[in-house]
Amino acid sequence: MNNSLNYSKSQLYLLTALRVVIGWHFLYEGLVKLANPDWSSIGFLLDSQGVFSGLFYSLASNPDVLKVVDTLNIAGLTMIGLGLILGSFTRLATIGGIILLAFYYLSHPPFIGLKYVLPMEGSYLVVNKNLIELVALCVLLVFPTGHMLGFDRLNYLIRKR
Amino acid sequence: MERIILEEIMEKDKNQEPLQGDRSEEKQQKSVNRRDVLKGIATVPVLGAMAYGWWRKKRYDNFLNNQLSKELGMSYESPPAPVYARDGKPVRLGLIGFGIRGPQIARGAGFVHPDEIDTLKQAARENSADRRYQNYLEQEDMNLVVNGVCDVFDVHAERAIQTGANVNRVGTDGKLGKLPKRYRTYKELLAADDIDAVIIAAPDHWHGPMTIEAAKHGKHVYCEKPMTWTVPETYEVVKAVKENNIIFQLGHQGRQTESYIKAKEAIDKNILGKISLIEVTTNRNSPDGAWVYDIHPDASEKNIDWKQFIGQAPWHEFSLERFFRWRCWWDYSTGLSGDLLTHEYDAMNQILGLGIPDSATSSGGIYFYKDGRTVPDVLHTIFEFSEKELSLMYSATLASDKDRGKVIMGHDASMKLGNSITINADPESTRYKNKMQSGVIDPALPIYSYVPGRKNVDAVTSATEQYFADRGLLYTYRGGKRVDTTHLHVHEWINSIRTGKQPSCNIDRGFEEAMTAHMGTIAYKENRRVFWDRDNQKIV
Repeated sequence: MNNSLNYSKSQLYLLTALRVVIGWHFLYEGLVKLANPDWSSIGFLLDSQGVFSGLFYSLASNPDVLKVVDTLNIAGLTMIGLGLILGSFTRLATIGGIILLAFYYLSHPPFIGLKYVLPMEGSYLVVNKNLIELVALCVLLVFPTGHMLGFDRLNYLIRKR
Repeated sequence: MERIILEEIMEKDKNQEPLQGDRSEEKQQKSVNRRDVLKGIATVPVLGAMAYGWWRKKRYDNFLNNQLSKELGMSYESPPAPVYARDGKPVRLGLIGFGIRGPQIARGAGFVHPDEIDTLKQAARENSADRRYQNYLEQEDMNLVVNGVCDVFDVHAERAIQTGANVNRVGTDGKLGKLPKRYRTYKELLAADDIDAVIIAAPDHWHGPMTIEAAKHGKHVYCEKPMTWTVPETYEVVKAVKENNIIFQLGHQGRQTESYIKAKEAIDKNILGKISLIEVTTNRNSPDGAWVYDIHPDASEKNIDWKQFIGQAPWHEFSLERFFRWRCWWDYSTGLSGDLLTHEYDAMNQILGLGIPDSATSSGGIYFYKDGRTVPDVLHTIFEFSEKELSLMYSATLASDKDRGKVIMGHDASMKLGNSITINADPESTRYKNKMQSGVIDPALPIYSYVPGRKNVDAVTSATEQYFADRGLLYTYRGGKRVDTTHLHVHEWINSIRTGKQPSCNIDRGFEEAMTAHMGTIAYKENRRVFWDRDNQKIV
């Protein structure tokens, strides 16, 4: 943890707000999938393009592997969401979020010449919302807030006792 | 400006008294001051906000879904899987015609050529997403045995023998079972004592004569569509099948398509309101799709029994083109009407119980394939059903791959039908008017959608699912089995043979299919409106 940082009040609140809204997005995505017993990542995986598509197809092709992928994805989204909102294990949650977003981005990179069956909700070239969210989490990794506004503050103090 | 310094925590840490002995956790908590606690839990209310939002959204969705399901009364459950009888006695099959469709039906019955098994295995090894081999292995064993085969082309006949003998479902490295006997003529095969039932996948002009002959020998028949090549033989087929009390199944495997069964439920519940128009289409754009099939390199007059191929067709000198691409000539074929319209018509007959139309008009022409064919490559046929008060419009081209699908149009809603079902309310619907005004129904979103294998399809995700389903990227088959409809259709036929129950595409449905197709063809050929004389059961 980089303790040499100091923030103005507005810097702290806005960084925390960024952390919380990204957390909200993750948590809701996780809960929606959790609440739908029929949800599966198979459609998304099969729609993969780009250099890593082979990897994503192979994840989708085995029902047992797919089950693990689905479970990890739902659990990951939910835990990361909770972590970011509450500021608990914030660093772990942030890194986890970056990894998940990297997977989403790499499976559907908005590069020239790649076409997707799954409709996108905007127009993208190289940069899409996954990448922006990923970079935002990288920012939060170097400008952490959990140990100031969040459970990590309490964790830290209690552990130090 | 007040600075919030991160070191403040560290500072506080330094100022704390050192830990003493077994200080209780409670005391530790107390030493964290109130301000720390507040800052530690500052974002917890966000969870409360999400919980509230979640509850509101669920309540809203539930309200909409309840209103909708109350209005529609449609379930999302898949139709129950049929349970078929299994008795110890194998059904002894004969295979007649083993060109393109023959091997496909044989696979549905459980028999695949060892070469083909190798190919399927290889494909599965190269691409783990290719699950055809696994699907085949998972296909239920119906306790069948192939005792006889017949094809006028030696190469095809030989493949039929190997296929029928492949009882262990093995590749070229495996051991075959007993080789079935090859018969030179279908008549000899049908006279054999060790055959109970036959699969007929010969050209169209042979369907009628072979079925009649089979029925006379008491053999059950699974016959490829269309049921007949001419109008007169249609009556004879019905007579032969009924008089000899055989089980006849016409090869419209679409009868087994789950979404069609569901579509029938929606029609029976009158969700579309008064239906006035049905649009069904065929769009293909490849030589294969236009029946320009490959000519086997080893084929010649020496290994093809040309005379037997010609049969009741007008005589023509030996022609490899005509032998392999027979669908392009009226001499052996029923054209678009018999080959593809029949599938579309039968789907609608299954769903709506249409029966034979009152009239038919057709137009079209040979616009793209100037290869000497006599059947049109573009065809439109419009059937009128006066009792049902609706039109069925069939439109086809073999030179464009644009997807048009099947649409059933009602006053209150329309249904798009493929592997999945999407029903959208009509903006001018009378029945759904109030629900549209109150926001329960949005005409832009489906009021009902069904993707086979899925239980809960909500309005939000259905657009994407629709997208996938219609392109065959179905995640409806997650972890489960993707089953070949031909297999189900053959299985139903076999079960009917064992139980004596009528199969879904029986001789009565076959009669309706054949007459409807013939009406379309006659209307095209004679360039006139053709009528069905219901009292005399004939085309006029």
